[in-house]
Formats: sequence, structure tokens, C-alpha cells
Amino acid sequence: MKLIEKMITCNINGLKVDVEKGTTILQAAEKVGIHIPTLCHLDLHDIGIANQSANCRVCMVEDEARGALVPSCAELVSEGMKIQTDSMKAVMGRRTSLELLLSNHPQDCLTCVKNLDCELQSLAHEMNIKEIRYHGEKMSHPKDLTSKGIMKDSNKCIMCRRCVTMCDEVQTVGILSPLKRGFDVVVATAFHLDLGETSCTYCGQCVSVCPTAALAEMNDTPKIWRALNNKEKHVIVQVAPAVRVAIGEEFGYKAGEIKTGQVVSALKRLGFDSVFDTNFGADLTIIEEATELVHRIEQGGTLPMLTSCCPAWVQFIEHQFPELLDIPSSCKSPQQMVGALSKSYYAEKHGIDPKDIVMVSVMPCVAKKAEAAREELNKDGLADVDYVMTTREFSRMIKEAAIDFKKLPESPFDILLGEATGAAAIFGTTGGVIEAATRTAYEMITGKELKEVDFKQMRGFEGVREATVKIGDMSLKIGIAHELGNARKLLEAIRDGRNHFDVIEIMACPGGCIGGGGQPYHHGDINVLKKRQKALYDLDKSLPKRKSHENEMVLKLYDDFLTKPGSSKAHELLHTTYSAKQRI
Amino acid sequence: MKTNSLDSLKTWAKSVRSDSEFRITILACAGTSCLSSESDLIIEMLQAKIDEHNLNGEVNLKKVGCLRFCGEGPIMFIEPDNITYVRVAIKDVDDIFTKHILEGTTITRLLYTSKKNELIESYENMNFFKKQFRIALRNVGDIDPRNIDEYVAQDGYKALGMSLLEKTPDEVIKIVKESGLRGRGGGGFPTGLKWAYTAAVKSDEKYVICNADEGDPGAFMDRSIIEGDPHSLIEAMTIAGYAIGANQGYIYIRAEYAISLEPLNIALNQAKEHGLLGENIFGTDFSFDIGIKLGAGAFVCGEETALIRSMEGHRGEPDKKPPYPSESGFRGKPTSVNNVETFVNVPAIILNGAEWFASFGTERSKGTKVFALAGNVKNIGLVEVPMGTTLREIIFDIGGGHPENKTIKAVQIGGPSGGVITEEYFDTPIDYDSLTAIGAMMGSGGLIVMDEDSDMVEIAKFYLDFTQDESCGKCTPCRIGTKRMFEILERLTNMEGEPADLERLETLGYNIKNTSLCGLGQTAPNPVLSTMKFFKEEYEAYAYRTKRTSYAIEGKKCIGCTKCARVCPVNCITGKVREIHTIDESACIACGACYDACPTQAILKP
Repeated sequence: MKLIEKMITCNINGLKVDVEKGTTILQAAEKVGIHIPTLCHLDLHDIGIANQSANCRVCMVEDEARGALVPSCAELVSEGMKIQTDSMKAVMGRRTSLELLLSNHPQDCLTCVKNLDCELQSLAHEMNIKEIRYHGEKMSHPKDLTSKGIMKDSNKCIMCRRCVTMCDEVQTVGILSPLKRGFDVVVATAFHLDLGETSCTYCGQCVSVCPTAALAEMNDTPKIWRALNNKEKHVIVQVAPAVRVAIGEEFGYKAGEIKTGQVVSALKRLGFDSVFDTNFGADLTIIEEATELVHRIEQGGTLPMLTSCCPAWVQFIEHQFPELLDIPSSCKSPQQMVGALSKSYYAEKHGIDPKDIVMVSVMPCVAKKAEAAREELNKDGLADVDYVMTTREFSRMIKEAAIDFKKLPESPFDILLGEATGAAAIFGTTGGVIEAATRTAYEMITGKELKEVDFKQMRGFEGVREATVKIGDMSLKIGIAHELGNARKLLEAIRDGRNHFDVIEIMACPGGCIGGGGQPYHHGDINVLKKRQKALYDLDKSLPKRKSHENEMVLKLYDDFLTKPGSSKAHELLHTTYSAKQRI
Repeated sequence: MKTNSLDSLKTWAKSVRSDSEFRITILACAGTSCLSSESDLIIEMLQAKIDEHNLNGEVNLKKVGCLRFCGEGPIMFIEPDNITYVRVAIKDVDDIFTKHILEGTTITRLLYTSKKNELIESYENMNFFKKQFRIALRNVGDIDPRNIDEYVAQDGYKALGMSLLEKTPDEVIKIVKESGLRGRGGGGFPTGLKWAYTAAVKSDEKYVICNADEGDPGAFMDRSIIEGDPHSLIEAMTIAGYAIGANQGYIYIRAEYAISLEPLNIALNQAKEHGLLGENIFGTDFSFDIGIKLGAGAFVCGEETALIRSMEGHRGEPDKKPPYPSESGFRGKPTSVNNVETFVNVPAIILNGAEWFASFGTERSKGTKVFALAGNVKNIGLVEVPMGTTLREIIFDIGGGHPENKTIKAVQIGGPSGGVITEEYFDTPIDYDSLTAIGAMMGSGGLIVMDEDSDMVEIAKFYLDFTQDESCGKCTPCRIGTKRMFEILERLTNMEGEPADLERLETLGYNIKNTSLCGLGQTAPNPVLSTMKFFKEEYEAYAYRTKRTSYAIEGKKCIGCTKCARVCPVNCITGKVREIHTIDESACIACGACYDACPTQAILKP
């Protein structure tokens, strides 16, 4: 009986549709296979992200009873509602909205970074717009190229406000908001400051959801091409865990296909001298971090200890919670560790002057670009990492070099910094770092073998998760958060003494690095993220070694070079510091 | 100090010294328009003279709210002499004091001159006032807005007492519903229904919001009420709070109305001192307070969802509806948003009954409506008339028609959201539905009369310039569409348009109306669409570039008198005596001096 009460019957284009109360017209139409174009709409339902501001007016449909057009993305169906999605009025309304947007758009599709990956472009094609009847003034703002991570070209902005939703509501960083009024409206920083002057974390979630090229990563590929063509330079590249499960999408593979071997081959063909695995750095991070955690627990140091792999997260805590800077782990991120070791350990072994090494990384992340540029990680003019490219930039380089990705053979990573365990693979998903750390901490503390390595309670897409793990006679209380808004909740609870944890993992992006700001566009499809996540867990399972401290190359590194975890040399190369920053 | 019963209110009312107990009472207008003509200085100087002569016991000079006849301000009503002085200036103060107050003689030069050149002594005999009937403005101009005693003497706060002490909230809502009162801010939504919806939602907190963000160019009825009769607004909001179950109200007033804040704040404090606002009103369990929120001058904040967002500290831009504010409004709580003029009808309805109110107006539009009458009309000012009064009555009877008897071409009603009404529809009774039926709308009450010289394309462009500038920019059609419409109009009036522009304007206007997010966008094309409907030929003259931009001389009528050439300020008219003259159209600045000078009507207008 209750179930029936919750159901509503409506009629769309003459088709009867039964839906649950609270369903939008758009969802109801989808149910009977009626497609309604949308633009500003974004609904990543499972992780609570929705841009439902109904402002583009591209999804208008006619409500027969009122004879009025309503936005199908936001309007809920009601009992007996009759909707016409293809009436003249509706079609004309939708076309006009789109034509108006196009009349205020540069229309430089051929040379646009989003060419063939642009939602505005696809929509114009889908709606068969062949002529724009309205012309007039267009927006004219200078491009903002002031930050290390994100390029902002307001002239391509269609005011969908997805970026505002991500920045203000999901990440609670609050950098972007609409300024001015009427035609002069521009989504910008407070007082129209340069992005580089703000507290932007460069998480890149604004880029991830931007339907056009109004927001994109800063393009570092020209510098990388230059380095590759410089015969005097030894160019090394490393690849992050989340890249291998997403890059396939750029070449027509389904989300979640693992393409590690092809990635290595592609990088070799591009001309990199050595191809290393950031996962090696991940295993190393686990050992250093677990050592630090054990030390903090045994010596009564500050708890909780927070993971520090995510650069957007580090940027966030420095700007938003400067009073809590004693809690993040002092470990550098895996990217920086691989970079530092390439220019020391590897250089020494191969007799190369570190100054002649160019370290490049392929990351699912925009913030890694800003991380590589951090002062703390550029000691004596020698950067751990010189250039960072996103997964998307990497795919563009492959295409530019005319490499047929689909025909590439699989190749292994180069030795020295190339081996990795399953524990490192899951660094790319929310919950993965802490699961990997637990596997190692357990054996480190108890001295016993951990039989069941899958910690299911740490997995999933829930924004904030808690888990308690029994290690010997102690209970380790673990907190996990992804998305900075959730991180904020967790941090506030700690700061105000409302909750206690021993160790916390935070990743800035939805789902962790698999949903990073540099990944192939998910176009609002949450399943893309889920499939990438599953691929990482599959990868973990498929590997013979699943605990970081079993990584032979890592152990050799300690024997040959660092002496032992937490040693002074390890500290010099693998640890860093944080400083309070002004919140703007 | 605290008023606890209707009896104590009655005693208080009786104790107030009435105007008739003075030898002479002067109601001096301190409304916006008169203030801009230094009426505050005039009043100050006159008061100084009264003080100087120790006449305060017998001469009662009251600084009152708007006396409505703004075009003739500064204005004064003098009782019991029944004399009305208009266009009073600082230099007249001595005469008013010496001749009128001391000697009792009427100063004829300050009397109103009618169109027929008659001197009229009393406002009662002026056509401007004759057909007016006041409910909303019932106290405006009569009482000193800074003195609660005067309001109480006019049965002020009695309706509140009756509501709290004798009626249940449902009964109050029932009365308002039965009165047929509809929202005066433009939409015309039934007020009782809005209250009932808000009352029906269960919530720990509810809010009453008064929309005083009066933004239509030329509309100033709400401001006149707040400045002239603030207590009736306070009383009405408190009644609304009781009816819907709210304990907090806010007046959202635009920051430009800085002058209105002073009497309003005084009134709020007085009401609190007397237990008519705040804790335990009339000694009952019911408590209600009113706060003031200043808007930052965005027109769109008159739209209720934008207003609420602005109040919450967000950027003032509208939200999608549903949910309506009655369900989820200010801070997500049930909220009733009503306009100033709507509110102040409520105490009168409670006092006199729903039937009394419903006896004024038409079938579906009850009571009165206040209009701000302006433009090419003799009598300019605030006009309150029963619904159903025709436009012709307002323009010609009350407004006195064109000051120079030129042909009146149309009236623009409803401000930037409204449209034009042409002469053939002047007999339409003014009510919500009749106006909608002819493609116009009531709007907030702007009424601008336009004569034969008015260029309708320019007028439409003026309004569109306003709306495209005031658009919040949230939705595409309003942000870009109104801009494109404005650009087309600019091209047309710059003689750079083309015939296809007319179709563009029409389709664009139609689609902007259909697709915009809020009322601002949905009505923004109205001034263009309605002028296109009635004055298509004016648009065509621009689109086909047949419109002359200068004056010209019709040869067969020209007698060669040279008068035009002599008055032309740019000397662009040439011709010998008794020969046909010609105008150099490229040099003509279209000032019209030649047109006025020509004795034979040989000059053609642009």
C-alpha cells in the first residue's frame, strides 16, 4: 500500500510513465527512452553532487496543463502531469537558449582544447544548429594563466555554474562565484583576483565538470616536448596508479580497462629515457608513513596522523586549517619521492648529473602541477619533479605523436624504481592509501603475518567513513574522507574535539584519484568512477605481492641507499614541511 | 505603557488631541517629490515662525507623508479653512505665516490653477482628487507618521487587537480570503491563499516578509506608505504573523530608500514601547518582532526568491519554484512574502469586514489600487482608485488629459514588465484579469501617459535597457536574450537595422518569455512585444529605414514667412522670403523649434 502511495503516474509525449515521487521530468523521460538535451545539469547521484540550478534553459519541456515551459532537470513530476518534450514551443525554446549561448561564444572549436570533447559542441550538433540567428557583443575577458594548475578562459563560460557547485558546495573552498550582473556576469574569484593569488587547491574538480573549455589544466606539453627533444637531457617519466585504469577511455576503451603495459610502451615511444612507476613511490610512502605512525603512537606524538599524498588536500589544510599543520604526515607524496630518488639514487647509480635529469610525471591530477612547483620540493634549484601532465594531456601527446594506442604492445616499467605491489595500486582510490598502510602497519607492529589483506570496511563511495582495526592488543581508529567538503567536516570534528582518530586518509576528489581533475571527462556518469575503482581493486588482487614492505626494489633501496625507514637520509629526501597560508 | 486590551486602546485613542481642536492645522507634504523641492526646509522655517510667536497651542503644523498631487508640490492642506496651497517655495513662507496664519487671508498665487484656468481653493474640488478613494493610503498625508498617537486615533492597532483577542488565526485568514485581496506587487496572487498555504506547513519557525524593494522606474506608492503611515504596515505584518504562526517578520527595503528608514524605525520603537510589537502583544502569548533588511539596489530582488536569497546573505538571484516560499522560504522555513501595499489593506479589512472590502472593485479584483501617474498628463501624482475604474477616467478625469491637449497615444502600465495600452482600450476596467486579457499587466502600478510625439521604439528600448541591465544573469534567455533584443533595438534606432530584425525581435521575445527562470525575464520582452503589436509601423519605419530622423518642410504648405529659419538654433533652414524653405536634414538636430514656430503647420515631424 505504501509503495503505491509513493508512485506517481504521468504522461510524457503520450506515453504513460510510473515513477516514484520526487522524480524529475528528465528522469521520468529517460525511463521511457525519451531523450531531453541538458547542459548545466549535472547529477553524480551516489556521491551527493548535483548541479540543479536550472539556469541554462536547454532542457525546457512543455507542461500541457499550464501551457508553460518548465526545466525538466529540476521540475518534479506530479500526478497526472502531461509533458510534451517535442512541442514546437519546447523545441523553439530550447533552440533559442542554445543559439543565444552560441551567440556569446568564441566558436573557435577547431583549435579549442575541448574540440570533440565539448558538451556545448555536441549539443549544437545534436540539436542540429546550423545557423545562429542572433549576433552581438561577446564576452571579452583576458585568459587567466596565473596559476600553476588551472587555466581559466571566461569567454568560453556558459554560466552553467557546475564549477561553482563543485568549488563552493562540494569542496567548500569557495573560490568561484558569479560576479556582476546581466550580460556582464562572469564566474570568477572574489574581486576578480588572479586565480594564482587565491586559496585555490587546484583540485581541478571545476575542470572535471566544465562542459566547455572555460576551465582546463595549464598545458605543460610544449615544455615536455622540448625536454624530449633536448639531447643533453635525460628525461624520466613516472605514471600514477589511477592513470592506467582511465587512459583507455581516451582511445575508445570502456571505463575501467587496465592499460599499464600500453602506457609504458607509449611513453617509451614518446622518447622517455626511463619509465618509472609512481606505485613504487606509493610502496615507499607506505613504509615511511607506517614508520612515522608507529613512531607517533609509541612516542606519544600528535594523533591523528593524516596522509599527505594528495596535494589539493595539503593546499586545503594549509589555507583553511593552519592551526592543524602538526597532524599531516611529513612524508612527501609518491610523485615527489620518485622524483627525489630519480635525481639522487638513480642518478648516482647511472652516473648522471642530477641537473641533466628532467623528471616528468603523468598524473590524474591538476594539483600535482602546483605540488611540483612548491618551494619545499625545489631545494637548491633542483626540483623533485619538473613537469606534470594530466592523463588528458598524456593522451593528447600520444595522439599528436601519431601513436596508435590500441596497437601498442605491453611493456614493463624500468627497473630500480619500477616494481610495485597491489597495495600501491589502490593508492588511486579513496580508502586505498589507508588500507595499504594498515597492511604494513599491522605486520610492523605485531611482527605477525597478515592473512586477510582485504579491508572491506575501508572501501566504498561514502563521503566519510570510519573503521576500527585490531592490531595486536591495540585498536586503530581510522577515518576516511574524499571530497574536501567531507574533509572539512572531519577536520572540524577533530579540531573541536568531537571525534578522535588515530589515522586519517583524505583525498580531495570524488572517489579519490580515479576521479581526479586531470582524468578523462566522466561527463556526469558516476559509473565511470566506479569502474575505475573496481579496476584498481582487481589490479591489487591480481598481483603476487600485496603488501608494500614486500616490494623487493624498495627493500633494495633501503639496503643500498637510505639505510632504514625514517633514517636521516630518508628524511632529507622523502619528507617535507608545511606552512600556514592566508585564506583568500 | 503597554496596551493590553481593546478598551485601553480606545481610551488611548480618545486621549489624543485631534486636529479639529486646533485653530488651524497645516498638513505639509514631506513626501519624496515635495522633499526634492525643499519642503523640509519650508516646514522647518514655518515651524520656527510658529515657535517664535508661541503659537504651538493653536497652530498645528504637521509634517505628513505624501499628499499625492506630486506634480504640484510642495503642497499643503490647511484646515479647517479648506485651503490647498501648491508649488509652495521657501519665499512663500513669510506670506503663509503672516497673511494666512495670522491674518486669515488666502494667498491666491499659491492656489491651484485648473486646465480651464480656474483657481481652485480646496483639494476637494480638484478633479485629481475627486474620483480617488483611499484604503491603502487611508492615513497617508493625514497623520504625522512619527507619532503613534495619531495612528491610534485613526483606529490604529485596533485590527491587531481584534485579531489577537477575538479571532483564531484561521478566522483571520478566512477574512482575508473572503475579502478577495490579491497581491499588489504585480503578480496578483490571492493573499489569503498565500497565508493559508504558509499556515498549513508545520514548522518550528516561520517568517513574514514585507517586500519593500520597490524597483519599477517611476513607482513610489510603497515608499509613500512606509514614509506616511508606517504603523499600518507594522500592524498588518503582525496580523500576518499571528495568522500564519510566525514570530519574526522582516521588511526588505532597498537601501536607496534611506529616508524611509527614519519614520519606520521610529514607528517600530513606538510599537514596541506600547506592547504592540515584541513580546506578548496585547498581553497575549503571541510575540512578534520585525527586523529591517536593506537591499543593495538590485531590481531582481523584488522577485521573492531572489529577495530571500539576498536576505540570507547570498547573491540576489532567483531560485526555481517550486518549492514556493510558503513551503521553503527564508532559511528554508515557510515564509509569506507580501508587498507593502497588499499588507496595509489588511487592517482595514479586519476593521470593516471582508464584505466591505469586497464591495469595491470588480468580480475578481477587489478593493483599490494605487497608481503612480506620470508622463504627458496634466496632473501627476499618486492615484488610488477602486479596481474597475477605467484608464480613461484615470487619464482624463483624474489626470486631466494632456497638458497641451495633444493626442494621447498610449499608456505604459506595469513598468518594465508591462506593456502599452492604446486609446481603443482606454475603457477597459482596470483589474488584474482585464489587463492580462489585453496583453498588459497590473504590475506594481506605474502608469505613464505618452502623447503623439512619443517614439514607441525608443520607449521600448528604454525599458529593455533597464531590464537587460538589471538581469541577474543567471539564466541564458534573460542574460543574453534581453541583451540581443536591446542590441537589435539599438541597431534599428541607429538606422542600421534591417526588416529581418523585426522577426528576430518577435521570436526572441516570445522565447525569452517562455524560457526565462523568473518573472523578470519572463516579462522583460513585454514592452517590446506590446509596442510591436500596436505600433508595428513605427518599427517598420526604422527597419526599412524610411523613418526621417530630422524635421522636413511640406512645400505646398510653406508660405515663406522665414519664422522657422529664424528660430533654428543650428541654422539648417534656408529659403528666401515668400519662397519655399528647406531643411538640411543632415544638420537638423530634431529640436522641434521650427515645428512650434510654423504658423501653417508646414513642418513635418521626424
